[in-house]
Amino acid sequence: MEGFELFKQGAEGRIFKGTYLGKPTIAKERFVKKYRHPDLDSSLTRERIKSESRSIIRCKNAGIRTPALYLVDFNRRIIFMEHFENSIVVKDFISSVSEEVANKLACKVGAALGKMHASNIIHGDLTTSNMLLVNKNNQAVYEELKDLDLIFIDFGLSHIESSAEDKGVDLYVLERALISTHSLAKSIFEQVLDGYKSEYKSGFKEVFIKLEEVRARGRKRTMVG
Amino acid sequence: MVIALGLEGSANKLGIGIMKDGKVLSNCRKTYITPPGEGFLPKETAEHHRQNVTKVLKDAIDQSGVKPSEIDVICYTKGPGMGAPLASVAVVARTIAQLWNKPLLGVNHCIGHIEMGRLITGAANPTVLYVSGGNTQIIAYSRERYRIFGETIDIAVGNCLDRFARVLKLSNDPSPGYNIEQMAKKGKKYIQLPYCVKGMDVSFSGILTFMEERAEKFLKDGYTPEDLCFSLQETIFAMLVETTERALAHCNSQEVLIVGGVGCNERLQEMMKQMCDERGAKLFATDERFCIDNGVMIAQAGAEMFSSGTKMKWEDCFITQRYRTDEVKVTWRND
Repeated sequence: MEGFELFKQGAEGRIFKGTYLGKPTIAKERFVKKYRHPDLDSSLTRERIKSESRSIIRCKNAGIRTPALYLVDFNRRIIFMEHFENSIVVKDFISSVSEEVANKLACKVGAALGKMHASNIIHGDLTTSNMLLVNKNNQAVYEELKDLDLIFIDFGLSHIESSAEDKGVDLYVLERALISTHSLAKSIFEQVLDGYKSEYKSGFKEVFIKLEEVRARGRKRTMVG
Repeated sequence: MVIALGLEGSANKLGIGIMKDGKVLSNCRKTYITPPGEGFLPKETAEHHRQNVTKVLKDAIDQSGVKPSEIDVICYTKGPGMGAPLASVAVVARTIAQLWNKPLLGVNHCIGHIEMGRLITGAANPTVLYVSGGNTQIIAYSRERYRIFGETIDIAVGNCLDRFARVLKLSNDPSPGYNIEQMAKKGKKYIQLPYCVKGMDVSFSGILTFMEERAEKFLKDGYTPEDLCFSLQETIFAMLVETTERALAHCNSQEVLIVGGVGCNERLQEMMKQMCDERGAKLFATDERFCIDNGVMIAQAGAEMFSSGTKMKWEDCFITQRYRTDEVKVTWRND
């Protein structure tokens, strides 16, 4: 990969930064994980590359911002996609702003998720590390929420499913990630659900019932009564 | 200076140990082993603990060289675990606390594993993979709690291994997991099994059912029991390593600590090490003395609680089968 430099090592692979067809580009290489059996590694990698590309395209159709897809190379196990030069991870943004701003953002996140689920896209790994905020004017300023676009990334564990069950699990994964990362988790998640409701009017009720069910399934939870 | 005596009996291991300021003075254990093809049940396990507890307690005190009067605090496993075995040991803890007039502390079993692992390996702030017969959790410390980032949504990984061992009628001595590990070393052919990762959570029940239903057919088709053990280990451990890696990336952590009975599996440690090497992280693991349930880990966590001023009222010294890692306020860490 000429002209690309290592940017960071994510959970699934290495992320490189560079230029492709004159555009700032991220190359996500799902390199061979030596700890896995080669058969398992190649089948999982293929599956994840497929899911990631499919969901990105589906999100685009649904009007949810994700990086634009440039090229999928199965042989080299790389996806080339849009790079946002001025962006901040939602996780870092939330820890740096007031509760009020964090709640507003949470509502925005919820609305986008509502849209995603209305299109039957299950993200599969919703955490605040997998959401970016990008300045609309291409500046490295992240102060006014109205100047920031919300982008979802890391669709490797995503799939397409219309059932409320998978949507409930998706929300539960997010709730748990919030609790383990943010001290404001409770109010943030309430806002997420509010936003979700507003964008997914036809299905939110069923999904919220499932969410309650999924919560009750957690192991070794204290049960009263 | 704190001398703590810990009693553990949440599953089929009865363990009693004594710690003095981070040094192990004694670590005695007796395991209830069932015949091949059978698991351990609460009633019989509690019976085993009751029959052996005075002998193990006497050994632990004799080996430690301390007199009961020198002990500062009695610690026991409050939960999580099986009710009857937990109660059989808690009764002994209550009795000696009154007999010797010592304070009594109920310890969360998972916290015991984490604190013992940190002490033995010197890992300061690791992302913890806790894997045993009853638990599978990925844990990281944040804001005075050990937070659960990922966990199994159905059965524990050790439970999956134990029950698979019953399918093949492997011996439970010294443990089903150990025997699977030895057989897996001779396995060659890899069978693709279901692989179930949901974010940072994992699921094992589907894999177990898949194996239970097809094991016989695989064996007829020319696969050996060794191949089955190999394929199962490779699949479920890959799931654990992958989710641990997700938690590492999310927390920007550079340390992994493996604790719990399944944690002494060398293949799991090897796979985790490869993952850590690929991202410049460090792996910490312990051997069977501390990985497998034991009394000193309860003593160690109890000693930390005691030193930071935790007191427990007599009426709070009960046992509970459900007791999540994140319910405990961590008063002894100041980071």
